[in-house]
Amino acid sequence: MSIPAVELTGVHKSFGKAKIICGVDLSVAPGERHAIIGPNGAGKSTLFNLITGRFAPTQGTIRLHGEEIQGRPPYEINRRGLSRSFQITNIFPQLSVFENVRCALLWPMGLRYSFWHLVSGQSELNARADDILERINLAGRRNVPAGLLAYAEQRALEIGITIAGGAEVIMLDEPTAGMSHSETDAIVALIRQVTEGKTLIMVEHDMGVVFNLADRISVLVYGQIVASDTPEAVRANAKVQEAYLGAALEAAE
Amino acid sequence: MTIAPTSDRQPQDTLTGSQWRAALPWLIAFALLLALPFVFRSSSAITVMNQMAITVIFALSYNMLLGQGGMLSFGHAVYMGLGGFFAVHVMNTLLVPLPLLPLFGGLFGLIFAIIVGAFSTRRAGTVFAMISLGVGELVAASSIIIVSFFGGEAGVKGDRTEAPAFLGINFASQTQVYYLIAAWMFLSALAMYLFTRTPAGRMANAVRDNEERAEFLGYSQRTVRFMSFCAAGFFAGIAGALIAINFEILTEENLNLTSSGVILLVTFLGGVGFFIGPIVGAVAFTLLQSVLSLQTDLWQLYVGLLFLLAVMFFPGGLTGVLAMHGPAWRHGKLGLLTVPYLKLTAVVVTGILAAACFLEILFHVRHASVGENTMRLFKLTIDTHAVWPWLATGGVALICLALANRLAPDVKAAWDAANLPAKGSARR
Repeated sequence: MSIPAVELTGVHKSFGKAKIICGVDLSVAPGERHAIIGPNGAGKSTLFNLITGRFAPTQGTIRLHGEEIQGRPPYEINRRGLSRSFQITNIFPQLSVFENVRCALLWPMGLRYSFWHLVSGQSELNARADDILERINLAGRRNVPAGLLAYAEQRALEIGITIAGGAEVIMLDEPTAGMSHSETDAIVALIRQVTEGKTLIMVEHDMGVVFNLADRISVLVYGQIVASDTPEAVRANAKVQEAYLGAALEAAE
Repeated sequence: MTIAPTSDRQPQDTLTGSQWRAALPWLIAFALLLALPFVFRSSSAITVMNQMAITVIFALSYNMLLGQGGMLSFGHAVYMGLGGFFAVHVMNTLLVPLPLLPLFGGLFGLIFAIIVGAFSTRRAGTVFAMISLGVGELVAASSIIIVSFFGGEAGVKGDRTEAPAFLGINFASQTQVYYLIAAWMFLSALAMYLFTRTPAGRMANAVRDNEERAEFLGYSQRTVRFMSFCAAGFFAGIAGALIAINFEILTEENLNLTSSGVILLVTFLGGVGFFIGPIVGAVAFTLLQSVLSLQTDLWQLYVGLLFLLAVMFFPGGLTGVLAMHGPAWRHGKLGLLTVPYLKLTAVVVTGILAAACFLEILFHVRHASVGENTMRLFKLTIDTHAVWPWLATGGVALICLALANRLAPDVKAAWDAANLPAKGSARR
């Protein structure tokens, strides 16, 4: 078997005395679409923040393509090919939509902290930023300050920024939070399209979206993974139903 | 994935339309700087222009922190002052031709910015502001203690004419100094503008907007801030060296917290949201300072009030106020605003003059020597101990305030009408 894209072994995280994550083992294969579900307060967002470097784990190892990344700052993890979106929209509000996407492309295109290149002279950079805008359907809003976009547009931009750099591993934190049905359908189609051939890890509350998109599902309850399997198997798992899924599944059907 | 250098060179042979449009303001500024000494010939005018140009560099450098990078500094004069002191010492070695002196000031400012930036740019916000205040206080205190470098209270003097002549120019005349300062201002402003268009400059804006997201895009917020901070220190040092050249003396005043506070005020007044804002602020402030300070002892009070009004009502500064009119201008409806604006301006100007007269009379009564009961106000001789001047100025000010209040709804209505897009071009 090939090296997992993301692998967690015995990960613990406590905030003071509160144990939020209690021994999580998780392995996501390259190219897999993996959803993490669980009731509120189960620690899904914390787990996300541990993998992406927002927090350091109290114990355990996290590997990205076989390389240990736990405790490294977010920018170093990002440079190794992992990109994430946020549950609460996290964009650059005063910059234009185009600038938002272009900023996401600067590092991956090797421009780093350069103060001797002019961005306007980088034709490939600008072409790629415009290409991303086309893909997320925001080309018409190119020069609008991102803070003035409608909510659904900001969510699309959030995903655009996340995928722009061409990271191998994409992590989406509740990409459909607060969206209407039609908006959700559009964003799911977008996610499916832009994560083609990539590893996707997502936290999501909408069971319709989860069972529609995911190849495998992990269920997190009280900081522990109680099941990690295909959607069918998870649906049938008695432990999962008992802990959480039954009620949510009924609601989705 | 670097882009081949050849593809960068290509467009330089033939400038495209958009490149011409980008270059045009700089060409105009260049021509203007060349022409100004022919328009304003008096030596006092050139003194004001020299000071203006130095303030422009300093304010632009300050805005690299505040407007571009989201760092509120209370100690930016430190880098200008240190660059200036170093430059005056270099000048006194008589080894360096004067036009190269700003480079030395800039390098010294840069070195000190590297030292301080190494620990102060970890976070923006309150922590950064407090560190800048602390460093400002520290350096101001050392300037009195380390006499060999700062010259104590007397400062360090120099003589620019003794520096080696440059192409036969010895900078004895003010006009020569003007062109030297103007050239450095032009180059510095251009360099600072181009910096905003580089990856480092773009990410400075991104970190200002959302430092956390920038980190998840591969950029360390600290490094991004550090780079802006160092660049700002460099250009502040250049401004300091130009002070050394222009005034031939550097004192503690050039690096203390008051100077740091003034540049915050200047930059904010001009508008931090636009590149040109600090330029507008520096020009307006220097004019205000040199004109008002000749007329009244209370000029700092008026500048303070202006700053207060700007913060409360025009957080975008002077440039922000101009930019607000962009949509109305594009709709071709700016004309709708002319009459309401004229009315309001007449009332406000009268009111401000009346209020200023009231303050001047008050000041005169408190500070004139005993028995001196008359003062001159706008060519009128006024007995400050009579009742009528108080009543007249105070009354007019209050009436104007009431009138302005009455006019406000009209202006608001005209504003709304002017900003309504013409039919057919409506969006949203």
